[in-house]
Formats: sequence, structure tokens, C-alpha cells
Amino acid sequence: MKLKNTDALNALKAQSLKLIETRRVAESVSTKNAQGLIRHVMVCGGPGCHSSDSPRIAELLEEELNRLGLSEQVKVFQPGCFGFCEKGPMIEIHPDNVTYCEVSAEDVPTIVEEHFIQGNQVERLLYMDPNTKERFATNLPFYDGQLQIALRNVGYIAPENILEYIAADGYQALAKVLFRMTPLEVIDVLKESGLRGRGGAGFPTGLKWEFTRKSQADQRYIICNADEGDPGAFMDRSVLEGDPHSVLEAMLIAGSAIGASEGFIYVRAEYPAAIHRLQVAIAQAREYGLLGTAILGSDFCFDIQLKYGAGAFVCGEETALIHSIEGARGEPTVKPPFPAQKGLWGKPTCVNNVETLANIPPIILKGANWFSAIGTEKSKGTKVFALAGKVNNVGLVEVPMGTTLRKIIFDIGGGIKQHKTFKAAQTGGPSGGCIPTKYLDTPIDYESLTAIGSMMGSGGLIVLDEDDCMVNIAKFFQEFTMDESCGRCTACRVGTKRLHEILTKITEGTGTLEDLDKMEKLCHIIKDTALCGLGQSAPNPILSTLKYFRDEYIAHIVDKTCPAGVCKSLLRYEITDKCVGCTLCVKKCPMNCITGSLKKIHVIDQERCLKCGACMEQCRVTGAIIHH
Amino acid sequence: MCNSASPNEFAQKLDDYIDGLPYKKENLIGILHYAQEIYGYLPDNVQWHIAQKLDIPSAKVYGVVSFYSFFTMIPRGEHVVNVCMGTACFVRGGDKLKDELENQLKIKAGETTPDNLFTLETLRCVGACGLAPVMIVDGKVHGRMHEAQEINEVLAKYRPES
Repeated sequence: MKLKNTDALNALKAQSLKLIETRRVAESVSTKNAQGLIRHVMVCGGPGCHSSDSPRIAELLEEELNRLGLSEQVKVFQPGCFGFCEKGPMIEIHPDNVTYCEVSAEDVPTIVEEHFIQGNQVERLLYMDPNTKERFATNLPFYDGQLQIALRNVGYIAPENILEYIAADGYQALAKVLFRMTPLEVIDVLKESGLRGRGGAGFPTGLKWEFTRKSQADQRYIICNADEGDPGAFMDRSVLEGDPHSVLEAMLIAGSAIGASEGFIYVRAEYPAAIHRLQVAIAQAREYGLLGTAILGSDFCFDIQLKYGAGAFVCGEETALIHSIEGARGEPTVKPPFPAQKGLWGKPTCVNNVETLANIPPIILKGANWFSAIGTEKSKGTKVFALAGKVNNVGLVEVPMGTTLRKIIFDIGGGIKQHKTFKAAQTGGPSGGCIPTKYLDTPIDYESLTAIGSMMGSGGLIVLDEDDCMVNIAKFFQEFTMDESCGRCTACRVGTKRLHEILTKITEGTGTLEDLDKMEKLCHIIKDTALCGLGQSAPNPILSTLKYFRDEYIAHIVDKTCPAGVCKSLLRYEITDKCVGCTLCVKKCPMNCITGSLKKIHVIDQERCLKCGACMEQCRVTGAIIHH
Repeated sequence: MCNSASPNEFAQKLDDYIDGLPYKKENLIGILHYAQEIYGYLPDNVQWHIAQKLDIPSAKVYGVVSFYSFFTMIPRGEHVVNVCMGTACFVRGGDKLKDELENQLKIKAGETTPDNLFTLETLRCVGACGLAPVMIVDGKVHGRMHEAQEINEVLAKYRPES
């Protein structure tokens, strides 16, 4: 059914509202007023929950409800990611406003019996605050302080049903742009909103659109950069899987604003579920006449094609991405000319990241002032972070720009795992840096992160604790950029390799103090001379750790020790006189190099010790086995 | 993946796919994805065939195949075991998981077991950071893999019953 005009879209929206009525009611009305509504069980289908068999849970719920004759009153949905990955698989029940955590297939009969037949909450599956032991059925502390703009529909609508997207104001921004705004007005709104690229560099999106529009050409292109390669970042994947239509709608808006009739989504082949969702969404949009010719009865024509990546991190760089779409090796080229002047097949091209695009429909609908009121002076709106590492609540977090790291890590993230001490937060992935404790209260935005030697990047936020060796972390990222360097420019190809060699030397205990100066100098040379963003930012993890954790480098070089006890070559395990002689470690040692009998202090044969740490993991007496 | 069809049938399938594309040279990466799906890998003769079919130098095809890590020129084992080496998994013991897998399978990452059952590879982030460290066997994610015993149990599921 092709939608011929705005009225048809509005009529379809009015009709479709009933699909999500239960969920909308849940937001505002108490349970008592929601009597008679069909209940919705939302089973999180995010990458983490999906890996923990959430599709099976959804299936079992349906079977069980069906068996008990409840399938008319209770419907099961599998939307995108709820964000709170740590406690997955999660389910939400509307309009009751109840969330269950860490649900397993075995819990399904209990949930159906207790919740739907008896009408009681299943207490043991409710979220429990690890500190206060308080249980929460709704308003989980994890969501306090979050503001969802890019993720507004993720986890809320069924992503494979275009009608649910339309019910949630979907394609209204497109209608507004096509019939009530001129292209220049659209670009002005974006410029005034202050939206900046969420892929890393933070270039103002409105300006990018303006430059592309101003380039004279017979054809222009829009590309959605969905090549999310940052290890530890999965926000784009969640948008693509949970709300694919918002990306399509934003690309349509971009197309009409800059005068493009064709768009491409460059998506990683490693994200098969996202690819599937996009294929379904594109087919549905075509069916409803939202892609194709004479969209909504206007004279605007636009279509979108999917292009697959093939595992090259450098393809996140826009010129490299363009070469990859053209079917070539994904090597970057010198800018200028910028893609806005000469991009895909030599035509002006606008490349926007997934999260950037997901922000656009609400900006068009609610206006530039609404958006620019959120955030800091130069960074507006929100940012999605993939919070991971040694933090209690791993998950996707969307917060207003200017939120402090302390709020994200300790309030939303629930603090450090196993009550250990926070050491650093790593932002910006392999292009970013490590932020030490003293900057926990810095309001984070593009400028402040750059000022303290890191960067926003795509939004990976890895929390490190006392057990992480900063030299080893720097080496990890260096190994990554060394592997992913495309080899086109010498600075990056050879430079990253040399840096990795020096770091390896240091972690093996053969580094010298001169190596630190040499490394620092090389870092600056690479920053100044590399061809693209990957090379220019590759030294950041080293420079930031050298700046804030120089003492750890010195400990490796001068004292030949690894303070965190990570670098194996520098480790030495010893058994102290606190040993009670339980023989547990003797049995566990894979080399059989611990000697000792019952109730006698054991001894490790240092010659044969592999430094695997198995003994220390097993030991039940604090301080009986130490490493230094 | 690989099935019992003959090489000629594969070539025919690939040709049909290429013939059905509106643009050909520009779709080289898509064609290689498809070829790898039917052949399981991209040997020289397949690359040569694609080059001829698209009328482009075979060096260009090789250049693209060797550039992207998703493409492989050596056949993989029956089951592909991937260890996530993303940052979140790394700080929660991803390297230990890799060592343990290398130890249990008696091969290094990038290699295939002599019985052709398992290929061990590494990748960067599958977005299941809440379950770190994770290993992925034939696309299925197994999370919180800390103990040698748990890893062994996962691998056992893919071994033929004897």
C-alpha cells in the first residue's frame, strides 16, 4: 500500500496507534486505569541478550501463554536492546511496568503462572541494588539520568514492523521536510541545533550538509556509515537492529535537503542481524512508498542500497569507506578534496554516522531550540556510550553531553566490579586515551575530552581497575592499530609497528628510559604525518598513558615489575608464611612445581613456574600467595 | 557453506549471481562475499574466474581479497571458533581465553586442526560486552568463558559423538 500523501500517513498512524497503546499507557497511566488492555511482554533482543538465548525465552513464553489460553490477552514482542546488558536477558511487561532481570528459559513457567495467572510479581527476578539490596520493579537506577533521543525507539518498538515506527511518530519528520520546509530551512535547523557527527570527529552535521548541497553536480549521494569497528562499541548496532527506520527516515531527510536521490548504507558484514533488519526495513519502506519515486506524493525520489564491509577498521574513515563502496581496497586518500566536493564516483557525497542520523527526525519535529537546550555550550544533545570493562552495569547508556564520568561510571554504571579501585576510563577506542581519576568530575563533551588527551570517538567507554596494567593496555591498542593499518602511508604502517615493538620490550622488562623519549617523539611524528585519522590518532593511547601513568612505565623499566601484576615476564609468585598448608595450590598447579605437604608452608619452584596464576586464583587465604 | 555440489555447479551459481547484478565491477566486494559463501573460501581459480567474468585484472581481485580480513584464501575447518579480542573482552580476560583455546585445540589462532574440525580465529567485538569474555562458534556466542572446563564443554558440543 503506497502512501500517496501526508493525510494517508496520518491516517495510517492513527490506525497503528493501537499497536503500541499498551506501552504508551504504561508511561503515564497507573495500572488500574489500564484494565482491559492487551498486555505486552517485551523480551530484549539486543546483541547481549540475544547471545543469552532471549529468542528462545520469547518462544517459550508464547508457547506457555498459548497453552494456558492467554495468547489473546498477552502478546510477546522482541524489540531491540534495552541497554542494561549486564542483567540480561531482560523482559518488560506493560502496562504493569514490571522489569525482570537475568531471566532464563526455566523461569518462563513461573513468570506465566505467578505474574499472569496469580497476578503477583516474581520477586526474585526483580532488579536488586547490590548495595542496598532493595528490589526494583520499575524505574531502575540504571536509567536515572539517562535521556534517550537516538535510542528513543530502541527496545520500545518492534523493529520489523514499520507500522509501530509510524505509530511512534515515524516518517512525520520526513513529511514536514517535504511539504512544510525548504531544503535550506532544513539545513538551518540542523546548524542551529548544534548537532555534531557522532562517529568520532564531531564535525557539525548541518555544515556538512550545506557543503554537499553547494557543490555543483548532476548527482549527489548520502552514505550512512554503519561500519562500527571500534572494539567495545556497539551503539550503532543497537540502533540498526532496534530502530532501522529512523536511519532510513534521516537519510531521506538528508537526501531532500542536499539534493541527492540515492543513498547507501555501508554496514559491517560482522553484523548479520543488523543487515537483516535493514533489508526488512528497506523492503517495507518501498512497499509503503516511502522509498522510491514521488515519495508521499511529492516530486522527491530517493532509494537506498545496502553495501557490506568485509572486515577493515580503516573503512570507518570516510574516504576509505567510499573506495570500499566502489569495490576497491579500502584505502584512504588525502583530503581535500573532501567527500562533500568529490566523493563516491567523483560526485559530492555526505557521509553521516548511524547515531548522528538517528538524532535527526526528532530535531526536525521538535525544533533546533529543543535540541540545543540539551548539552554543553559547544556539544549539544546526548551521546550514547557503550559502557563496558570492569564496571558493574555493562550496557548502553545515553546521557546529555556534559554528564560527568563519575555519574556514568558510579551512578549509572553502579561502580567498579568486586569493590576494586577505579584506575582509568578509556574513551574513543584505539584513537582515544585513558582518563585518570582526577578527571572523573569533568563534564564530558568533544572539547573537554580532547583537552585531557582523549577523544569522544564513537562512544566506547571501557572502565579499567587496579588490576589493569596501563602499559599493557597501550600495547593492546597499538597492536590493534598495527593490524588494522592499511599500509598506504609509511608513518602509520611502519610507525605503529615500531611503537608496538618498544611497548613489547617494556612489558618484557628489557625497555630503557631512552625508549620512552624515543616513543614519545615517534608518536608526535606519526600524529603530524599520517595520512588519515586512523594513523593520526593511533599514538593517543600511548601519549595519554605516558602522561598520566608514567610511573607504571618507569616501574616496568627501572624496577622491572608490573604493579598491576599483568605482564607475565615481570611476574614472580611467592608463598608467604600466611600459608596454612591446604595443598589446594599444589593440586592445581599445571607444572607441578609447588611442593609442600599438609599444614606445612608450600614453596614454588621459580625455575619451572609458568606464572599462570592458577595457584593464586585457588588460594583461599588472603595474602598467602603474592606476586610482585 | 560448503555442500556436496560439484565445482561446476558452484561456478554456474556464481555466474548466475553476477549476471543478475545491474552493476558488476562496482560490486566486486559483494560478489566476493557471495563466492566465499558458496565455496567456503576464495582460492586462486575462483579469483581468476571472477576477474575474467568482470573483465578486470586478477591482481585487482587479489588486492581486494587480501585487503579485507573477512575474506580467506585457505579453507576453514568445519566449525569456526572465534575469540573476541575487543577491549571489553580483553580487560576481562580475552587473551587468557585465547591461550586456553590454543591449548585445548593444539593450534594457534589463524590455524585449522589437522582433522579439519575447528578453525581458530580472532575478531574484534561482537557487541556482547556484558558477557565478556566471549567465544563464538559458528556464529553462536558463548559468554563468560573463564574456566578451562566450560570451554572444553562448549567445544565438546561440536565434536562428533564417538
